[in-house]
Amino acid sequence: MSLLHLAIVLPFLSAVFIPFLFKGLRNIHTGWFVLLVPLALFIYFIQYMPLTRDGQTVTRTLEWIPSLGINFIAHVDGLGLLFAMLITGIGALVVLYSIYYLAKEKEALHNFYVYLLMFMGAMLGVVLSDNLIVLYMFWEFTSISSFLLIGYWYDRERSRYGAQKSMLITVFGGLSMLGGIVLLYIMGGTFSIQELIGMSSGFMTDPLFVPALLLILLGAFTKSAQFPFHIWLPDAMEAPTPVSAYLHSATMVKAGIYLVARMSPVFAESELWLWLVAGFGIFTLFWGSFNAVKQTDLKAILAFSTISQLGLIMSLLGLGAAALHFDQLDDNVYMIATIAAVFHLINHATFKGSLFMMAGIVDHETGTRDIRKLGGLVNLMPITFTIAIIGCFSMAGLPPFNGFLSKEMFLTGMISVFELDIFNLSTWGVLFPVLAWIASVFTFVYSIKLVFKTFLGKPQFEKLPKKPHEAPVGMLISPLILVALVIVFGFFPNLLSNSMIKPAVESILPSLVDAGQTVKVDIYFWHGFTPELFMTIGIILTGIVLYSTLAKWESIYNRIPHRFTLNGLYDGGLSRSETGGYRLTNGVMTGFMRTYLVYIFSFFTAILLSTLLITDGFSIDTSNLAEIRSYEVILGLVLVSAAVTILFAKSRLTSIISLGAVGYSVALFFVLFRAPDLALTQLVIETVSVALFLLCFYHLPEISRKEERMKFRLGNAVLSITVGLTMTLIAISSFSSRSFESISQYHIDNVYELAAGGNMVNVILVDFRGFDTLFEICVLGIASFGIYAMVRFRGVGRENE
Amino acid sequence: MEILMSIVIGILFTCAVYLMLSKSLLRIIIGTGLLSHGAHLLLLTMSGLKTGAAPVLTEGITNYTDPLPQALVLTAIVISFGVTAFFLVLAYRAYQELGTDNMEKMRGTESHD
Repeated sequence: MSLLHLAIVLPFLSAVFIPFLFKGLRNIHTGWFVLLVPLALFIYFIQYMPLTRDGQTVTRTLEWIPSLGINFIAHVDGLGLLFAMLITGIGALVVLYSIYYLAKEKEALHNFYVYLLMFMGAMLGVVLSDNLIVLYMFWEFTSISSFLLIGYWYDRERSRYGAQKSMLITVFGGLSMLGGIVLLYIMGGTFSIQELIGMSSGFMTDPLFVPALLLILLGAFTKSAQFPFHIWLPDAMEAPTPVSAYLHSATMVKAGIYLVARMSPVFAESELWLWLVAGFGIFTLFWGSFNAVKQTDLKAILAFSTISQLGLIMSLLGLGAAALHFDQLDDNVYMIATIAAVFHLINHATFKGSLFMMAGIVDHETGTRDIRKLGGLVNLMPITFTIAIIGCFSMAGLPPFNGFLSKEMFLTGMISVFELDIFNLSTWGVLFPVLAWIASVFTFVYSIKLVFKTFLGKPQFEKLPKKPHEAPVGMLISPLILVALVIVFGFFPNLLSNSMIKPAVESILPSLVDAGQTVKVDIYFWHGFTPELFMTIGIILTGIVLYSTLAKWESIYNRIPHRFTLNGLYDGGLSRSETGGYRLTNGVMTGFMRTYLVYIFSFFTAILLSTLLITDGFSIDTSNLAEIRSYEVILGLVLVSAAVTILFAKSRLTSIISLGAVGYSVALFFVLFRAPDLALTQLVIETVSVALFLLCFYHLPEISRKEERMKFRLGNAVLSITVGLTMTLIAISSFSSRSFESISQYHIDNVYELAAGGNMVNVILVDFRGFDTLFEICVLGIASFGIYAMVRFRGVGRENE
Repeated sequence: MEILMSIVIGILFTCAVYLMLSKSLLRIIIGTGLLSHGAHLLLLTMSGLKTGAAPVLTEGITNYTDPLPQALVLTAIVISFGVTAFFLVLAYRAYQELGTDNMEKMRGTESHD
């Protein structure tokens, strides 16, 4: 176990001590102890930066289940390190923020920090694992810890609903991903991502390639809240705000992005991958920004904004895959798409984290997050306002913040679709820049709405549950650090370009690097009068017009009835599957024994008869038959008529006597077939059985003693005749197709020599096969004890009730 | 002879299944009785009904009927008797406690759902 492994599992290990610290040191907020973990990890991961900058990677292996090819392989490259630093860096800021956000007297802090640390470790495991099964294990850990964190205030109904919804959707995706992983293993024979990348060129023609691609993408799309699986994210906003800031803006929702980026070298050669990733991404971008405008809750706006921005990154990763098809060009424009994706990933984590913390501060200091009640807070909360305006302007893509730069690069990537003449992109590809532009307009509108409706406008403090005032300093530190980064990355983007972005892009597009192309990351603030610039100007102008006329067109959102929205479909589907399942079991499980017997006999005959038919198994062989003698025919007639009499008997006494007649005829058959011991036993046992039947008959309760003939039911008759027919057919064909002789000759030959007996049946029972007899005695013993117990111990249960 | 016996056994099975699908508990037990008779005869028939001497060692006879299925049937008879006896006493106790032998009425109370 190397230090790197220890770093990944450190959050899990430290989570063990949290409850003791919480209970033992009640005066100190538990968060202070927790803060040490992400800080230490962040510092630890910084030391890998020089390594990855030079294109080196670090791999450490810890054997787990080597016989199945499952080992805990920690692999640090540019992409993994970028995510690891996001996770630990923002993790530290979120923990610091939560110390001031959650009161140590009122909240169950030990639960909160245990879940949070569990999540942090799981995320680190996802981004630093090279083995797909280990990656999947950590992936599900993030689902579980996210479930626990969303349901943190478990006494609230909405929290439980949101937690359940996110669990169902992300675990559905996770299981699909596991399917994809298994298919990849079948294709490549290894779980290691690096080894799979090495052999990816042969996968394209494999019949399992497309299913594996679809299943892996399903996992990525559900986790990263892509259309139509985005519906869990707005409901996950019931979690405490630090959780929303951490999980649902900066880290967990980017796990899907990470997976797409990580698996790009394996799948990105295919047309399907490019279209699915880019197409779903661009539509999610549009749909998220369109829906964000109508929200009235601060966190709901931010949730839809996150969905939309994740779509943006996803579409860039999809288009970046086109870079692989132009590897002969020197100036590869599609590489810019990948660079933009990585750059926007960092930018989004900074500004969205600060915006969530801002929303948390507003909620904390005013008591509401409803923008219809807020307004005019600018004078009371100037620092929070500054954070909000920087975050929102960056999100809207305004200069001089980092969002502007990545938005420009995004537009560059989208416009370059026009130059792409592969995969029909030259025709349908027009949609990409158009949707991107429309979505950017909506992004502008909701960003402006978010900050103006909250902080500017008419003050309406009488509607607020609390008297608003500026937040404590501790709460402001984390968002201030994040907006400082927004500005720093805005003015000096090249701080990131060689240290973080270039190694990450090299991990996403390794085949280009192998082919000798260099990744040139050079982000300019001013790049001349390009189409992108005019598009941005258009976005701002249209956005201002749309925002000022918001009241006039807002009603279009109410046109779709709830039933047809995705949430309506989800809720309806869930309740329909519940009622459907209930109805199905209610219909099948009637509680009557007859129904179950009908099921059993029908399946029994259906399977046997169809097998007989399909395999053409029925045969009659008359060569080996014994001759028919008159005694046996007569006895057979007696037996059959006695059995049939039972069916038509009016009184029960008749049926019992007929059953006795059947038993005695069987005994007579035994006589005719030369089986004296059987005949003896059968006679005695039939007598006792009939006596027992009569005992039961005698004790029938008065009410139901009314004797009646069994009612004829056609269904029962058909079923029972089918069973009888099946038995006859199978008996005849199995007798006709004997394949070898009996082993009885051995018993006949050795009955005296080896066992010193003359009665072969008895010798077999007590000597050759004595064990059967031993346990048959046990059966009788148990039956007699059972009968004794039933008769003797009565009424015990009734007394207890 | 074996084909004839197969048909007889088929009729026994038919009657047994028809009885087991009825409402009355007593008829169901009668049905199981018929079913076990059918099974025992089937065991014996399937080993062949060729005539030979009874399987008791006798001077000068080499052709015996097959003793092995007879031993199997004997075991089966005893076990089915044990089970039937248990089942009958169970039914008898059920009459005493529940006051009915109608299977349709024997359903758990609501609290057992």
